[in-house]
Amino acid sequence: MAPKEKLWQLRLYVAGQTPKSVLALKNINDYCKKHLAGKYSIEVIDLLKNPQFAEGDQIFAIPTLVRKVPEPIRKIIGDLSNEERVLMGLNIRPIILEN
Amino acid sequence: MKVQKKNTFPKTPTGISGLDEITGGGFPKGRPALICGSAGCGKTLFAMQFLVKGITDFNEPGVFMSFEESSADLSQNVRSLGFELEKLKSENKLRVDHVHIERSEIEETGEYDLEGLFIRLNYAIDSIGAKRVVLDTIESLFAGISNMAVLRSELRRLFQWLKQKGVTAIITGERGENTLTRHGLEEYVSDCVILLDFRVIDQLATRRLRIVKYRGSTHGTNEYPFLIDESGISVIPVTSLRLDYKSSKEIISTGLPVLDKLFSGGGVFRGSSTLLTGTAGTAKTILAAHFAMSSCRRKEPVLYFSFEESPDQLTRNMATIGVNLKPMIKSGLLFIHASRPSLQGLEMHLLTLHKLLAEVNPRTVIVDPISSLITIGSSSEVRGMLVRLMDTLKTLQINALFTSLTHQQQNEHNDATVDAVSSLADTWINLRNESRDNERVRTLLIVKSRGMGHFNQPQDFTITSKGIRFDQALKNIK
Repeated sequence: MAPKEKLWQLRLYVAGQTPKSVLALKNINDYCKKHLAGKYSIEVIDLLKNPQFAEGDQIFAIPTLVRKVPEPIRKIIGDLSNEERVLMGLNIRPIILEN
Repeated sequence: MKVQKKNTFPKTPTGISGLDEITGGGFPKGRPALICGSAGCGKTLFAMQFLVKGITDFNEPGVFMSFEESSADLSQNVRSLGFELEKLKSENKLRVDHVHIERSEIEETGEYDLEGLFIRLNYAIDSIGAKRVVLDTIESLFAGISNMAVLRSELRRLFQWLKQKGVTAIITGERGENTLTRHGLEEYVSDCVILLDFRVIDQLATRRLRIVKYRGSTHGTNEYPFLIDESGISVIPVTSLRLDYKSSKEIISTGLPVLDKLFSGGGVFRGSSTLLTGTAGTAKTILAAHFAMSSCRRKEPVLYFSFEESPDQLTRNMATIGVNLKPMIKSGLLFIHASRPSLQGLEMHLLTLHKLLAEVNPRTVIVDPISSLITIGSSSEVRGMLVRLMDTLKTLQINALFTSLTHQQQNEHNDATVDAVSSLADTWINLRNESRDNERVRTLLIVKSRGMGHFNQPQDFTITSKGIRFDQALKNIK
């Protein structure tokens, strides 16, 4: 088991099942499985159903990925198609495969 | 508010005093309007007043989406104007949503849109049934987002969406170098564009407002001065002089029976304006005091603006020549407002005047002297202010008396103030000190008097402990 502080809590804000949102969810799932296996949780919030949550996390763009834990809070907006940028944004070191 | 013209589209009252008059009823209902201006010109306040008055005066709930100030800061900043945001929030009449974009904690990758903003706005509007919306200032997004193409297309969509939503919105924008707004918001919001301006002329700050564009509606095209004081923003449509006031045939006394007789009507018309000119020490104030007393004797309240003497000094000086103002002040018939002209800008003076008009409800107004105002504004501005003042007084059928200090004995026509107002005044009396046989002789000449005949000869007069005496004129009249 990983120690507690190694747990990553991510939250993905979407607005309905738009292609961008679907793609973002698929992307983050892929990256997490690859880099954070067993140490993460992803919560998806659909603002069409729960618009009241948008203000609290200062959401203005869709989709937005929020790293709640570990702090400080980081945000990545967009469909998360660039893996390197997502990992950089979340401050996750990619496993560098040498040779 | 005046009756709306039949052919114009529906409008939303702005809640800003004077602005409805210029815009012919307010902002376009259900459409966005753009307010632009440089930093510190009053955009946020302007927008806030639109919302708050919308709630308090027209029962239209409002949403304030702030991209700059936090909700708490906003509440604090507008409290001095009597806007209690927290109270309105608790009554579910107002919602303030602070959109805070911290560039440093945001990474962008791949495609996105600003649906989150739409959802927040929609949620805020629906939760209180808002009819008015303010976005202050949405240009902050340009600093928070790097993808300009997305931002621009989303802004276009946002303004379309606001229209569909049927809310009357105010979008604020920072003034750009060569454009109205730094990021060209006028491209998207073009139904109604208002420009606010703040400049300092001769060390006096003046705020001005101009309607750059108002699609499908007539509007005033001038620059209008506006004020921010403890009751919010008010715009003064200086040049809205309309010559449609009623003219009274009733004659009132000038306070000097002999002077009255120099007019064929036996005095001046009620609700007319009288200009009293003369060099220093020609007894202008004394004549003004007589005029005030005559109104008081008719039990008609007098509002006396004194720009040079304090009320105390004025009453003392008048008492020495037998004009006793004190009892009139006590009984409330005479209200003296003394202030230095340079204390505030022209517009502030005009506003003070308007406020006192409403408070005192006078039948006679005296401004002594209007020439002092020249020191704080250019002659065209002073003229503008006086035109507006005379217009107001005439509409209200208030007798007006203005004194004006002139500098040249010979040619009073060259004098700036006189030049500015003499043509507007109904009656013009010029006072002079002449040297005659080693003696200084005071004379009075009626230069003009609209609507009645008058003596054309200068009349000698003396000042005694019992007031002004016209010895020679008495003989002439008889």
